[in-house]
Parts: sequence; C-alpha cells; structure tokens
Amino acid sequence: MTTERKPGFNTLAIHAGAQPDPATGARATPIYQTTSFVFDDVEHAAALFNLEVFGNIYSRIMNPTQAVLEERIAALEGGTAGLAVASGHAAQALVFHVLLDPGDEFIAARQLYGGSINQFTHSFKKFDWHVRWADTTDAASFRAALTPKTKAIFIESIANPGGIITDIAAISAVAKEAGVPLIVDNTLATPYLTRPIEHGADIIVHSLTKFLGGHGNSIGGAIVDCGTFDWLKSKRYPTMSSPSPSYHGITFAETFGNFAFAIAARVFSLRDLGPAISPFNAFLILTGIETLPLRMQRHCDNTLAVAKWLSKHPKVAWVNYAGLPGNEFRALAERYCPKGAGAVFTFGLKGGYEAGIALVSNVKLFSHLANIGDTKSLIIHPASTTHRQLTDEQRTRAGAGAEVVRLSVGLEDVDDIIADLDQALAAV
Amino acid sequence: MNHDSYPDAYIRHILVHHRIIAMVGASANPSRPSYYAMKYLKQKGFRVIPVNPGQEGKEILGEKVYASLGDIREPIDIVDIFRASDSALPITEEAIKIGARVVWMQLGVRNDEAAKLAEEAGLKVVMNRCPKIEYGRLSGELGWAGVNSRRISTKRPVLDRKGVQHRLLREDAD
Ligand SMILES: Cc1ncc(COP(=O)(O)O)c(C=O)c1O
Repeated sequence: MTTERKPGFNTLAIHAGAQPDPATGARATPIYQTTSFVFDDVEHAAALFNLEVFGNIYSRIMNPTQAVLEERIAALEGGTAGLAVASGHAAQALVFHVLLDPGDEFIAARQLYGGSINQFTHSFKKFDWHVRWADTTDAASFRAALTPKTKAIFIESIANPGGIITDIAAISAVAKEAGVPLIVDNTLATPYLTRPIEHGADIIVHSLTKFLGGHGNSIGGAIVDCGTFDWLKSKRYPTMSSPSPSYHGITFAETFGNFAFAIAARVFSLRDLGPAISPFNAFLILTGIETLPLRMQRHCDNTLAVAKWLSKHPKVAWVNYAGLPGNEFRALAERYCPKGAGAVFTFGLKGGYEAGIALVSNVKLFSHLANIGDTKSLIIHPASTTHRQLTDEQRTRAGAGAEVVRLSVGLEDVDDIIADLDQALAAV
Repeated sequence: MNHDSYPDAYIRHILVHHRIIAMVGASANPSRPSYYAMKYLKQKGFRVIPVNPGQEGKEILGEKVYASLGDIREPIDIVDIFRASDSALPITEEAIKIGARVVWMQLGVRNDEAAKLAEEAGLKVVMNRCPKIEYGRLSGELGWAGVNSRRISTKRPVLDRKGVQHRLLREDAD
C-alpha cells in the first residue's frame, strides 16, 4: 500500500471540504440560500432527526455551504471537525454552553479582546458561569487560579490588542495536569501563522470576521474540535459523556468518537441557542480563505515594516510588535509564529489620550473603526472605543491604556501606509 | 499494515469490495452506537448479521441474532467487533476459522496480538475505526457535519439513486 501524500497548507486553503456540486457540477461552492431541505420520506426524516444518518434538515443546524467552510477550517487547523456560527462571540458562547453547567468556573487570560472580557464578566454571569483571570505571560498564574470547579482554560494565541504571543504549550501543560480542555482563540494568528493543536490545544475558536474572511465584509465564527480531549475518561462534562435527554439517550462522546465535541456544539448548543451563520456569509468567508496564505504573509511583511518605522518616530513612546528585534515576545514569536507575528499591534504615543484622539482624526488612508483583519489598514484608539466599558485597571492590564493606539495593517502598498501615518503624526 | 494510520485507499477498498458484515456485540438498544452503525450500514446496502449471545434467536433491525460467529451458516466478509479490546483475540480466532476476509475493530477497540494473528492468516485488519464513520467520511456525507475528511477531490460526489442526500462509495470516485 503506497503512503498517501498530505496536501500542503495552500492546497488545503483552496480545496479542503469542497467538491464540484453533485447536482449541477458547479465548480465554485454554491450558496445554498435555503432554510430547509426536503425529506425523501417519513423514514428518512426520522433517521435524520435521530442522528442515525448524515444529512441536511434545517439551516439553523447545518447547511451545505456552511459545511464546506467548516471542513476547510478544520483541515487548516488539523482538527477533527469544525462548526461555523454567526460570530466569534457566538462560537465562544457555544463552546462554554457545551462545557459548563450553572456554578462552574473557567480560567481565562486577562489579555483578551475587550469584547471577550465583557462576555465572560457580565453575560456569562447570567448563566451562573464564572470566570477567573490569569496572566497569559505566566503559566503558573493559571495553576494558581485552579479550583475544583474549574472546567476549562481559555487563551488567545496572539492576544488582541497587545501583541502578546502566548506560550500555548506551557498553559496546555497546566490544563492537562488539571484534566480540563484548553480553548485557544486563534483569530489573530490564523492557522497560517500558528496551529494551536500542535502545542496542546483541545478546542480552537475563531472570529472569521477577521483574517480568515479577510475582506471586512462578513461576520462569522468557528469552533474546531481538535479531537484530543477524552470526555469519557473525564466524566466531568455531562453534555459529552452522559446520555442526552434531547436525543433519546445517545451519548455524544461514545457515538461520535473524536469529533463528538463539534457534533454536540452543533446538534445541542447551536440547535437550541440558534446563532447560525448565513449561507451567504459562509460563501464570502470561504472565498476569502482561498487566499489566506498569500494575504497573511503580506499582512505580516507590511506590519513589520510599519512597526520598524514607528519605533524610530520621535512622537512614539514604544511599539509592541513581537516581530521587532528586542521585543520581549520575540523568542515566543520565533517559536510559535516564525512566518510573522501577525498584523495587529499597539504602540504608545508620548502625547497620551489627546494624541491618540488626534492621530485617529487625522489619518486619510487608514480607516478609523473597530475591526481588524481587513485588506484595508485600520486604526483605533481602544481607550475611547472598544475598551471604554472596562475599568482603568482592566484597560491597562489588557494593554489598552490611554496612550495606546492599535493598528491592523492592510494590504495596500507599504509606502502609502507609512506615508499616511507620517502625515497624521505630524498633526499630533 | 501500520495500524496507527490507514491509507484512505485501504479503507475504501475494504468497504467497496465486501458486503456481508457479522457485527459482534450488536445491541438491540436504539441509543447504542452499534445499533446506529448497523442501521446505517444496512441503508448503504450491506448485509449486517448481528451476533450477541444475550439476544440469540431474537431480531435486531429485522435480522436474526446469532449467539456466535460459528453459528452463522453463510460466508462472512467482515467481522466487526463491538466488544472490549481484550475480547478481540478469541473473536479474531473465530473469524479466521469461519473464513472471514476482514477483521474490523470498532472505535476504541484495539488488540495488536489479534491483528497480527489475522494478518498472518491473510485477513485484512482495521482497528479503532467505525465503518459507519469511515463510509460517511470517504463518501462525503460526513462533510455535511463539518467533519475533516482529510481528503480532497475535484470529482463530483457519487449519488445513490435515492438522491442528493445519499452518497455512495466507489473505488474510482476520487
Ligand atoms: C481575538 C478575538 N476574538 C473574538 C472576537 C469576537 O468576534 P466577532 O466580532 O466575530 O463576534 C474578536 C473580535 O474583535 C477578536 O478580535
């Protein structure tokens, strides 16, 4: 028996999950813009609802356009299965809905996207799910936060907005000791730069809204099951390892093996909470992913040039980009994302809060908005926008103090990007 | 055979060229994985003969249940083992005796001694896999559930006569 070739990353980005359409032969993945799918007969319907056969029922739960996107992301991450949902935040909510029961706790890095800090602190409290914070630069702080109620650990591979590279393997070791799954938000890195599975992640979440979609046109999120966590052995996750009352007593972990988490997230949590992705958004994001390797490399190359230029500018106090020589995260960046340290970073202005406001008001090529991971270059002053709802202390800890400006460097000519910052800084 | 990772072509060949499965440890309980697998494989045109001493003489999904492999009076292609790993050795010895062509151990079941014995007797062996999942993965049906099939193909999927929601496995499909 010959050994089979494993397709490379570029090939997977274009082909994984997609085949010519069985009905029409269409080569592009069709947009199946339909709510529902007819049953062959009553028996087929029953078998679908019982999860006895694979197939499409209703687009809140699954849709063939969405399915191609799911398999594509799972393949790029090297996981066993994927689930695409309405947004990155929806992906996070569904992951915890599978894992947590009321009264449970999880540990999260305090260096996270501000929206995630809000979601964990305030919204999750309404479900009686409780977050304990740890420092992503210090694996021991996760160990110190463990309690008998801890059910999961959540980190970002590259933290937004701070330009921090997380030592995933060190935190994974804590999760393994504690017998809880490690969830990694890989939004800022994308699987092109780092594959958390190779460093001990059990579940990966994405905001597809950012670099995977890549064109700033669609909100979406994804969950990847790494197939690494043994739910039956743990027995602490009843949704996974106990008979499911809403599916006549089947046990997900037993029936679906190493992709059971992705199935449970779909047929239980997505089915009941409902944040489905639209087929049209799935199509746009899928199209974006085909050029992910090309875009991501250019994003990183442009970002390094911009960061180098800024670090020499007299009005700039500091630049926190892990790709820069001398940066405290440079060694981790070389280990976890050698192709580049991403396209999002922060820098501090000597002029503080007022200077931050002046800079975002004077840029012409950069767009002043609350997103990252677009073809276009984006700028924001977190203290006055995304991180506004946080306390001063939370802001500083999240790397979003008063003088901080965040860039998401786009794919324009790098000379034009730098020229725009140059003229705007002149007005600060 | 390297039992840590099977080439797709190996699994595909087994599922395309063998049609009669004896399922050892088949359950009559509709929420058990073996019941699921049996129902699915029957829909894909396999003949599945349940083996379970506790259910002897009864029927599961319309098929008569046998107490042991030796009681079945027709040729068996695949012996599918839904039992604990340490029971796989005596079952494999019986599978060799009745002239089966393939010993297939379910997800979570692995017995390297049994595998060696079967391979020395000229049988093919698959361990720690589910034929339902493998069929769904290689035909593309499992892709609807976002499962990473670890294959890429530029050919149209092969449809069953029943329609778009039913796919078939064929040797030449990829
Ligand atoms: C790292 C990270 N995770 C999650 C999210 C939330 O994703 P979405 O906006 O798609 O809900 C974002 C959005 O900015 C993000 O940057």
